[in-house]
Amino acid sequence: MLKRLVKSREMILLSAILVLLVLISTRFPGFVAPANMANVFNDTAPLIILALGQMVVIVTRCIDLSVAANLALTGMVVAMINTMAPGLPIPIIMAIALTLGAMMGAINGLLVWKVGIPPIVVTLGTMTIFRGIIFLLSDGAWINAHEMSASFTGFPRAVVLGLPMLSWIAILMLGVFFVLVTRTPLGRSFFAVGGNPHAAVYTGINVGRTQFTAFVLSGALAGLTGYLWVARYAVAYVDIAGGFELEVVAACVIGGVSIAGGIGSVGGVLLGALFLGIVKNALPVVHISPFWQLAISGSAIIIAVAFNARANRTQGRVILKSAEHAT
Amino acid sequence: MQATLEVQPAVSMAEPVLALDGITKIFPGVKALSDVSLKLYPGQVTALVGENGAGKSTVVKVLTGIYQPDGGTIRIDGTPVSFPTAQRAAAHGITAIHQETVLFDELSVAENIFIGHAPRGRFGLIDTATMLRDAGALLESIGAQIDPAVRLRDLGIASKHLVAIARALSIDARVVIMDEPTAALSHKEIAELYELVEHLRAQGKAILFISHKFDEIFRIADRYTVFRDGQFVGDGMIADVSEDELVKLMVGRSVDQIFPERSVEVGDKVLQVVEYCHPTEFDDINFSLRRGEILGFYGLVGAGRSEFMQALFGITKPSKGVTRIDDQIRIIRSPADAVQNGIVYVPEDRGKQGAVIGLPIYQNVTLPSLSQTSRNGFIRLAEEFALAREYTSRLDLRAASLDQDIGNLSGGNQQKVVIAKWLATHPKIIILDEPTKGIDIGSKAAVHAFMAELVAQGLSIIMVSSEIPEILGMSDRVIVMREGRIVTELDRDALSPETLVRHAAGISES
Repeated sequence: MLKRLVKSREMILLSAILVLLVLISTRFPGFVAPANMANVFNDTAPLIILALGQMVVIVTRCIDLSVAANLALTGMVVAMINTMAPGLPIPIIMAIALTLGAMMGAINGLLVWKVGIPPIVVTLGTMTIFRGIIFLLSDGAWINAHEMSASFTGFPRAVVLGLPMLSWIAILMLGVFFVLVTRTPLGRSFFAVGGNPHAAVYTGINVGRTQFTAFVLSGALAGLTGYLWVARYAVAYVDIAGGFELEVVAACVIGGVSIAGGIGSVGGVLLGALFLGIVKNALPVVHISPFWQLAISGSAIIIAVAFNARANRTQGRVILKSAEHAT
Repeated sequence: MQATLEVQPAVSMAEPVLALDGITKIFPGVKALSDVSLKLYPGQVTALVGENGAGKSTVVKVLTGIYQPDGGTIRIDGTPVSFPTAQRAAAHGITAIHQETVLFDELSVAENIFIGHAPRGRFGLIDTATMLRDAGALLESIGAQIDPAVRLRDLGIASKHLVAIARALSIDARVVIMDEPTAALSHKEIAELYELVEHLRAQGKAILFISHKFDEIFRIADRYTVFRDGQFVGDGMIADVSEDELVKLMVGRSVDQIFPERSVEVGDKVLQVVEYCHPTEFDDINFSLRRGEILGFYGLVGAGRSEFMQALFGITKPSKGVTRIDDQIRIIRSPADAVQNGIVYVPEDRGKQGAVIGLPIYQNVTLPSLSQTSRNGFIRLAEEFALAREYTSRLDLRAASLDQDIGNLSGGNQQKVVIAKWLATHPKIIILDEPTKGIDIGSKAAVHAFMAELVAQGLSIIMVSSEIPEILGMSDRVIVMREGRIVTELDRDALSPETLVRHAAGISES
């Protein structure tokens, strides 16, 4: 029943997005042209990738506020590596970014698992620490486009089968996470840990280690996005993607991921991220002030959470025998 | 034996302050209280005695306005009253000191005492000075040397109890309910509590004292009232009753439950537990379990049975101890190790520890067995469904679809899903912690029949139960625990309700 409910919630979100697109197209028909939609998707790709990692963390009853700082630090490190060794192939750069990001995620995960600090405190701390490390590494200096190699900055923009690599990577990650979440024992244990940690323990699932794994995944995706971000915008400095972690959490929440853990889906997260991406890209072209963008995103979060709360409230106890089959 | 043992008061007493008459409380499927009576007299301590599940806690909740009775009358000084809310009960001068003291760690002692009815000064703000002074006076009146300004978390358990008592007195209570007040106290602290009870008695309060401990009851109480299975069994003066008579009243005879006939050949030892110890919860646990055997663990609540089982299952770490399974030493450090070694644990609190609400039924069933239904790390949905269907149908689970959320099932059916989950791991040993607690009689019989079927198939069961009929009806052998230790091991032939209660309550042989 719940699955149907989640599905219907995704349908509601999808309808909201369609209504939004119709409204925009009445003012600016060009926005819904396939080429522009592809651009919007590409622009939203980093948000989608980060939100996938954030989703598994939130599903296990944690939160990762350090993703944007992780992204910026990894981005700075790979940009510096690129300036020192311009010939290093892109797959190796990406492997470095994934590993470095995963290591930062592992630090979060270990502090939550082994030291038992609440996730919000851990990641608030590491968020600040990661930003500080960027400053120490770079002395506050920027790394600009001309210092990076052409292959480094070119990869995310390289068009394959009509879409840039950045979009393809987001699509790949959507596929990987869909399979991970729905078809692997690890994915199942994320939901068990978040849905009922006590029961998970009795089932033989190590709750701490599962949460640790979620943080590592989130960190790895943040690292990967770090490279893609720096390469796409061809610049690395301390403050890139500042505050982006909140947008990532917002995408999850709008997409139906329960902040109390145990509920979430890849489809919902994709729609949540797209919703934010469309609002962000459409408002300037229809001449609405960017301040409205904040208000719209904020309202969307509250409406989405209200939907979640209502969905959870209907789960009363079924005491009447006759009600058992009616659901 | 006669059903009741009426003892008339030897001398005519003052009128009761509080009288319950014919109180009935029904929960879905369970009659928690059936037509019970209880009288509390001023300046007297009445001990409420009964087995686990006799309805003592329910009656406390009725008295304090937390539960509404479905029938019967409550009288104060002979006038019928009702307690629709906890505040109304407090306004009538009824106050309870609970098993786990419900206080606020981060507030001061004075704030804890006066929360909800703090003295107000100008503009309706809390008058801190008056509050501190009154709190100090109250604490002094019960002989407690506690600074009312100190934060509650800085106090020990005994001092917290004193604060709870001071809070109880701050609303000018006439009836004080103490629900197992000594459960968490040391010997010295218990002696201090006794003094306090004397003190309250001298002040003319009517005290309801709930306890499992016989030495305590005979030391402190003036009167007793016995409940059994939610029914009033008898009352009278403590001076007119012996320990034996009280035990008989408590235990009585079970009449209506029928247990499955079993004729299982008990086989070799499958599990040996040697010298399991824990610094605070249990000590020196030794026993063995044979194939096809149901081994009952009986004891009072808090005897350390569940705590030991959690250690055996790898959830907590024992400080010492060896487990041998099929004569091989096995080290169990985590529940995953236990499951791998064929031990599973169906916990007592199924809502909290069993079912994952939000996951569909089939995913709940297969959660510990996903390696069986996966190939190369990917779950095969068809195989997963087949596994879930196989075990839920063996348990005759009634559900519209295995895809539906487990949260929509009734308690009995959730229980079946949790048991199906464990059977799917092909266990050798099943630990069932209070397997029939809180489920209706029909479902109880089904669970018992199923247990008999499991042992017939060669599994072994450890059954932790606080229900004497269940222990008597199902166990091949019973281990009785008290205060974290094994007191005795009884064969089926040596079992009687009286011996079980004697050992569990620590009454010396007469």
